[in-house]
This record gives sequence, C-alpha cells and structure tokens, in this order.
Amino acid sequence: MRDLAYFEAKFEALDEIMTADERVHLINGTFLSLSPHRHVYQNLQKKFRERMIAPPISELGFCGLATGAAMAGLRPIVDLSTGSFIYEAWPQVANEAANAFSMSGGQTRVPVVFHLFHGLRGGGAAQHSGSPQAMLWNVPGLEIVIPSSPRDVKGLLKTAVASDNPTIFVDHTRLLDIRGEVPENDKPIPFGVADIKRAGGDVTLIATSYTVQVCLGAAAKLANEGIDVEVVDPRTLVPFDLATILSSVEKTHRVVIADETHQSCGVAAEIAARIAETGFDKLKTRIRRVSTLDVPVPYSPPLEAHIGPTESRIMDAVRAAVA
Amino acid sequence: MLPTLPRDHLLELCRRMFVIRHFEESLVPLHDKGVFAGHYHLYVGQEATGVPALACLRADDYLFTTHRNHGHLLARGAEPKRLFAEILGRVDGLNKGKGGSFHSVAPSLGFLHSSGVVAGIIPLSTGTAYAAKAQKNGRITVCLFGDGSLEEGAAPEAFNLASLLKLPLLFLCENNGKYGPGRAVAAAQSSSMAAYPLTDLPKAYKIPAQQIDGIDAGVVHATISEAVAKIRRGEGPQFVEAQTVRYPGSETNWPTVPAPTDTALAWDVGSVPEKAREWYRSADPLLVYVRELVEASQATRGEIAAIELQVRTEIAAAVEFAVNSPFPKLEEAERGFFA
Repeated sequence: MRDLAYFEAKFEALDEIMTADERVHLINGTFLSLSPHRHVYQNLQKKFRERMIAPPISELGFCGLATGAAMAGLRPIVDLSTGSFIYEAWPQVANEAANAFSMSGGQTRVPVVFHLFHGLRGGGAAQHSGSPQAMLWNVPGLEIVIPSSPRDVKGLLKTAVASDNPTIFVDHTRLLDIRGEVPENDKPIPFGVADIKRAGGDVTLIATSYTVQVCLGAAAKLANEGIDVEVVDPRTLVPFDLATILSSVEKTHRVVIADETHQSCGVAAEIAARIAETGFDKLKTRIRRVSTLDVPVPYSPPLEAHIGPTESRIMDAVRAAVA
Repeated sequence: MLPTLPRDHLLELCRRMFVIRHFEESLVPLHDKGVFAGHYHLYVGQEATGVPALACLRADDYLFTTHRNHGHLLARGAEPKRLFAEILGRVDGLNKGKGGSFHSVAPSLGFLHSSGVVAGIIPLSTGTAYAAKAQKNGRITVCLFGDGSLEEGAAPEAFNLASLLKLPLLFLCENNGKYGPGRAVAAAQSSSMAAYPLTDLPKAYKIPAQQIDGIDAGVVHATISEAVAKIRRGEGPQFVEAQTVRYPGSETNWPTVPAPTDTALAWDVGSVPEKAREWYRSADPLLVYVRELVEASQATRGEIAAIELQVRTEIAAAVEFAVNSPFPKLEEAERGFFA
C-alpha cells in the first residue's frame, strides 16, 4: 500500500481532476493555507495557468463569479482560504448558489465547490478560526463534505467536483501533514457513506475533520484503560449517513460526539438530535457532546487549546459514558 | 426617435411593449383579488429600454435580472401564460411554481437565475461571462438591474472583477427614478448614492459608462447595439445607465394602475386622473413609441390599435390559463433542491 501525506493526496486529486476535465477552473488558490508545502501549488499553476485565476480580495465577488460560471457549464473550485472568510461571501453562497436549482424548478444546475479551512489552527484568534459548517448545514441546497484522512480528501474532492450541486469542502490545516494509505487509482468516495475509522464495542465516538485524528489518539489511550472505542466519521454532513451511526449505537449503546463547531446549534447538536429521535431506545446512557465552547476563539495559545475538543475532554466524556 | 430597423421589426417591438404593458396591468387586479400572495414589481415605464435593448442580442447570450424581471423575460419572448402561472405559484409556471415573481427564469432564453436580492446577480453575471470567455463561444452576458443595486457591495466587487478580467459583459442599469419621488435625494436624482452620476462608480473601475434616455427606444437601440459590438470585439465590459421616469403605479408599496393603457391615450390623456396625467402625457415610453410610429408613417393609429387588441386577447387567454393551472403537488415542497 502506498503512503502519502494529506497535502500530497489533496494535490494529486486536484491534478487528476484538472487533467481529466477541462471544465474545472480554480478560482483563488491557497489550497495549502500558510503551510510550508505551498510550493506544490506552483506545479499546478505551471500546468493549468489558463484555468486558474488569482482574483482580488473580494470573496463576495469571486464566489459569485464561480457560481455564475458553474451555471454556464464550468466546474469551478473556489478557494475561500480561511473558513471565516465565507461570511464575506454569505449572500452568494447561502442565498444564490444554494437556492438556484430549487428556485428554477430544477432547471439551473450549480456544480461549484467552495473550499475552505475551518477551525482552531493555532493563533487564529476569533476572526480566523471559524467553523461555518454548522451554519451552512442550516441552508438547504448545499452539500457539505468534511474529510479527515489522506485517502478521504482525495476521494471526496473527486466526488465534490463531479457533483452537480453546490458543495462546501470543509478542510483543516492541521490535517495537511497527517500520513496515511492512499491506494493508486483509488475510486472516488461516494457522499453519504460514513467510515468506521476504528472498530470498537464499548462506545460510539462520532467525530469530523481533524477531531477524528484527535479521537483516534484518545481511543488508543483509552484502550489501555480497557475501553474499546469505535470511531465513526460521517465524512459528509449533507448527505448524512445516519444508518451507519445507528448500527454502531446498536452495538455500543453509548454515544460521544466530538466536533470543532461551537456547541449551540453545532454539528454535534444536530447529530445528537438525530440519534435521539431515531435511536433513543438503543441508548443506555445520555449522549455526550465535546464541542468548542460557546465563546469567541481567544488568541492566547493555552486559552485556544482550552476551548476546543481536546483529547483530555474527549477521554473524560468517553469514561463518563461507560461509567 | 425610432430605432433604425425595418418596419416589421419596429412593429414587433411595439407588440412586445404592449405584451409587457398588458401583462403587468393584468397582474394588479389578480393580486388585489388575492389570486397570488407575494410581493411583486412592475416593469411599466421601462418598456422602451428592455425591448429594444434585448433585441440587440444573440439567441444564445446570457441574461440576469432582478425582482423586476417580468418585462425582461417577456421582451425576450417568454410565454405570458407560463410567467403568469409562475407568479401564481402554479405547476405550469416557468419554474414549476418554485420561484415566483422575483425568481422567474427561462434557461432556453438565456435567463439562468433571477435574484430578488438587488445586487445578487451582479457577481453571478461575471461568472457566465468568465465561462463564455473560457469556452470561447462568443456569448456575452447582459446584467439588468436597477439603480438601487449599486448600493450593495456586490456591485463594486463585480465591477472590479469584470474590468480586471476584461469580461464580455454589459451592465445595463435601469434608473427608473428620473424626476420621480421614489428615492430622490437632493441632486442625486435617484438612490441613496453618494457617487453621482451613477456612472462614476463603474468609471472608477475603468469600465466605459454612459447615461442615456431610457424612454427613447431609438437611443436605447443605437447605444446598446454599439456597446454589444464593442463587447463582442473583446473590449471588455460596458456600463449603460438608462433613465426613465417612475411609473406612478409603482410609487406605492403595492402596485396600482392609475389608468389602463389604451392606444388612444397616445393622443389624449384627458381620461387619466390628473395626478398621473403628466406621466402618461410625456414619460410613458410605450405611448411615446406609438406616437413616433404614427408620425413617421410606419403605422396608422388603426394598425397599432389592432396590434394592441391582439395582445389584449392573448393576455386574457394567458391569465385564464394560469388561473386554471393547478398548484404543484404537496410532495414537490420536499424535493427538487438537489440535482
């Protein structure tokens, strides 16, 4: 099996996608944020210069440009860079792109991908640490993809670009250096299929994005305490694979949800509600959430670390669930 | 003045203006009787902008329009019965009843998306223009919006993008506030814009911009023809502000019809209530156009009255069609939002 870093898998996907389909254009391009691997992007620029533009700092304008271009038959991937910047583009994403297909009675397709880096990244403070996926989940008409591994980022990006719907691609800079198996000629990963990242019998630990990696670390430590944790990664929020989660709950009867969105109306809140509505009879204890605290993200590193879904908070929640 | 076009084209423009006028005038009683629910905006008073301007385009060009879209769709040839059905939320509507007055579309005519957010379409129009340029298919995009749209930040962001990328894009700003009470503030004839004239805004982004009389079909046709030719030659975006006088029926929160339009009003506005009379006498672009056709001996009063009668009959049948079209099945509410 081939082993790749997350950023390598992501760029392999972009390269293969752009080679295979000349309708794909990149609008704005900081797909590696401020990471030291930014030079990889230059290889793409050499190959596909005519299909890449570096627009002015106009998130509202260039998200509209990408959306309009999608209506006219291109398949743009527009990069918002820091997740919080999507707030600048909200009218185009939430009020135009998300509604166009429905409002037109199914006549106008909008195959655009909005790519962003969400979450606590280290010193991002309140304006560069946003996790807008929960707000976006409240907007019907958007697909939401949230990978956590090298294999997933490649397979999900391919499906996102192939999709005829506006798709939010929620990435995390702390994943970029994670290594993992990525088979050659791997197939695209369909939306709406959760992945059991670690099998276990005692507790179902549901997590998204970088928090999946934190949970895998927590699960390894909890195994030493005799607690067998199953880590389930939904991989896409829209569509959402509740069936896989419920069959895990059927086995474990215990649920902890760990996620970087703020707690109120967050991703964990919605997942908890769905499990409670349809799988309450399977539960032996209350559902526990480990979300980012409901506060603006503080800059100071120890404070920032304190408010997120840390390994120790996750471990405490799992211990409480089996107690 | 009249557009420089053959007589049959001139009469077709006249017919389309009547279609818009009688369509819009028929909507008001439908709303007042409770046949449809939502808010709506009339295109009355702007017919001599939309009709000749859109006659300058190719069949495969893209257009975007706003909440005031009825006139644009009809000018381009949308079926009145299907537009009525859309506004009434019926299954035979252009959008199967999912869009309504603000969001009517007709992809086969180039209207992919209409936004009720006043500047929402302006960034989108840069996208179709960008795609057409990338695909080298020669299509241009026409973005139709009102003066109020310039107050939203989406407008200048899109102007900047269009200019930097030299996109094949015509911004046609329809300022229906000339002399009107509307939103006039002191010297600025319309809008709450510190940038005045409105053309100062696109000019700041190096987009050639001009103001024209939107009541004059000939001026509109000549100006838009020239702008479209420049865009097709690859000269980048153009901006035209067409000024019209606000229809007195659009001065209130909910539209009214101060006086039903009739060809005879072109020569005698005595039957119009005094408060609205001056608009019908001097600022109604349809009546101006009718007078010009007769004065230039392109048509007799009788010939124009015959065109109008035919349109009235067509519109009455279209209303009948829409009123009798069923509402969509309830399960339609829960599907159709993903491709």
